[in-house]
Amino acid sequence: MAESLLLAGGSLVRGGGTERADVLVVDGVIAAVGTALEQPSGTTVLDATGCWVGPGLVDLHTHLRQPGGEEAETVESGAWAAIAGGYTAVVAMPNTSPAADSTAVVAQVMALGRMTPIDVAPAGAITIARAGERLAPMAAMAALGVSIFTDDGTGVQDAGLMRRAMEYARGLGVTLAEHCEDESLAQGGCMNESGLSSRLGLVGRPALAEEAMVARDLLLAEATGCQLHLLHLSTARSVALCVAARARGVAVTAEVAPHHLTLTEECCSSYDTTFKVHPPLRAGDDVAALRRALRAGEIDAVATDHAPHAPQAKDRPFDEASPGMLGLETALALSIEALGGSEADPVQVFDVLSRAPSQIARLTKSDRRVGGYSAQGGNLEVGDAANLCVVDPEARPVVEAGALQSRASNTPYDGRMLLGGVRHTVAKGVAVKVDGEVRR
Amino acid sequence: MLGGHLLSISDLGPEGLEEILEMAERFAEVERRSVRKVPTLKGKVVASLFFEESTRTRLSFETAAKRLSADVLSLAVASSSVKKGESLRDTVATIDAMGIDAVVLRHRSSGAPTQVAGWLPTARVINAGDGSHEHPTQALIDLLTVRQVRAEQRGVASAGTGLSLLEGLEVLIIGDVRHSRVARSQILAYRLAGATVRLSSPGTLLPASLDGWDVEVVEDLDDALTRADVVSVLRIQDERGSGSFVPSIGEFHATFGMSVARAATLKQGAVITHPGPMVRGIEIASKVADDPRCLVLRQVTNGVPVRMAVLFLALSSSAGLDG
Repeated sequence: MAESLLLAGGSLVRGGGTERADVLVVDGVIAAVGTALEQPSGTTVLDATGCWVGPGLVDLHTHLRQPGGEEAETVESGAWAAIAGGYTAVVAMPNTSPAADSTAVVAQVMALGRMTPIDVAPAGAITIARAGERLAPMAAMAALGVSIFTDDGTGVQDAGLMRRAMEYARGLGVTLAEHCEDESLAQGGCMNESGLSSRLGLVGRPALAEEAMVARDLLLAEATGCQLHLLHLSTARSVALCVAARARGVAVTAEVAPHHLTLTEECCSSYDTTFKVHPPLRAGDDVAALRRALRAGEIDAVATDHAPHAPQAKDRPFDEASPGMLGLETALALSIEALGGSEADPVQVFDVLSRAPSQIARLTKSDRRVGGYSAQGGNLEVGDAANLCVVDPEARPVVEAGALQSRASNTPYDGRMLLGGVRHTVAKGVAVKVDGEVRR
Repeated sequence: MLGGHLLSISDLGPEGLEEILEMAERFAEVERRSVRKVPTLKGKVVASLFFEESTRTRLSFETAAKRLSADVLSLAVASSSVKKGESLRDTVATIDAMGIDAVVLRHRSSGAPTQVAGWLPTARVINAGDGSHEHPTQALIDLLTVRQVRAEQRGVASAGTGLSLLEGLEVLIIGDVRHSRVARSQILAYRLAGATVRLSSPGTLLPASLDGWDVEVVEDLDDALTRADVVSVLRIQDERGSGSFVPSIGEFHATFGMSVARAATLKQGAVITHPGPMVRGIEIASKVADDPRCLVLRQVTNGVPVRMAVLFLALSSSAGLDG
């Protein structure tokens, strides 16, 4: 099954910097790093000339929709979308039907994940049915290897319940991840609250709704000592709150989504529901602030919030359409763009897309409770599991909504030229994307 | 009118606005003839799709289409497949497949006409009111009515005056601006005509943000009333939850209602408009509603010729329309 691969001619991107080196992969493991490597007979050579060779990307925020939403995506189709995007591991959000609030659903997603080439690490729900009322059996799910819990889609609205969840999670040594939007302030809105939303007659989800909940959860995390991860921060003030809390010693990490780094609320002007997402696309000053924060290391990770939807969920009036957009197949190039395009530092690109997320998701070591999980986000040392992403920073692919690996096509980037492309993806030693084509 | 659609007043420039007003005056003339029908749109099919309750707007559009000799295809949502769960896109595609030239659309969701215009390959879309977004023909009616009254006050004919009688007017919009599609269209239309627009409403019934809006919020309603040329009174939109934005309807009437005492402070020549339906005793006192300065019935009368003008301009050879 595993093959011998030689990634030849590229620049190795390690935590400390880049160096010109080839990588030899044998039996799923990095067997040698260097130049003029001896290769076993039968080795497949993958040309990495002009490319960055880094650890496979790790997505902290993927909606795979299975069970229950298979028309939009399955674990399998989502895994191939991930591979196309250079990912070798994804954290599967619990927004399924039924929700991943039990060992049964978590085990099902894990089993489906093991049938794909990559690592699929389900996140469990914090509350039963993500309804925000009663705690889900986190200990039982943690025993299966779940290390992140979230009610993503909506945050836990009740502060008392969230405090209890944090106290419980701290004892289990797991991370709680919050979708921060106070729904009483978000008032069922469908885009950023602004002069534009008022003109369009659309109810707004104010920045305040996010920031109030970020502030609340940071205080709760500080009080309880729970490890907190803030999902898809979208405003400058949310980041500032997070930075200030971290300076006080609060155990918090944060992610930003590619769309919040590259799109503004103006996209909603034509009522195109592709651009409807929660938290909503914000104005240009927030987008600029998020880019600055990412470059400054104030935000740990870029996470896609890949949210596939069947056409009928989007072909609706703006206020009724489902929120969310695809992300896995475009995130890398958009992150490069947000980090400066041709000026982007490849070390930082792999930090925010692989190393930091693998640490947040606790995927840096193989988990023996979960057959098949391998180590992610490594430093490309000899002996490491061969999860690799080879990026051609000079590639300029154009997004085609109809030509994606995802079952869904709700990408907001249809027709956009991307700054960089994934040339090869190697998952657990297997070349699953070669020369820009997935081997599905 | 952009692409022959009328989705928002912002689809019109000053020339487009003027063209509709002048055209409406000509059709108002038709309304006064013994045979109130012209063959202009013979053979055209206009679909009237009202996904939300309406009396005057629907009747007025359908009458306008019939006066122009168009065939009217009317979808009653209550008895349609919409009730069986059909999506807006499929409903519209089905109607379109029957061969229609224009859709007059009312929907409770803001932006629905814009989306429908994008889905239909050829048919023109006329926005008959979408959510809290816009109600362009209502604003056009208001401008025509105000222009006619200003013309009468000066003893001149309204036709041919363009926007000159509207320029420099002080317009005061009172009440539930937040939820009002009429207010959004009025603001754009009056500004396009060169009038100034001020808003007076409880803080909760103002739009969440007025960034980029070319309007002023007045601090003192009673002072503003003495300076206004046109007072536009809006209905409290209980169906959009406005009731919970004020402590009580009684308190709203006391603080922002168009009472007899407030109407008495209006300056000479000032007029009151209301898009209807009026709720007497809440946003407008009954005596004020019946006051000759209140133009509500003239507005209704002008509904047909304005909508004839819009349908005509949307459906006559598209060449001269775009842009």
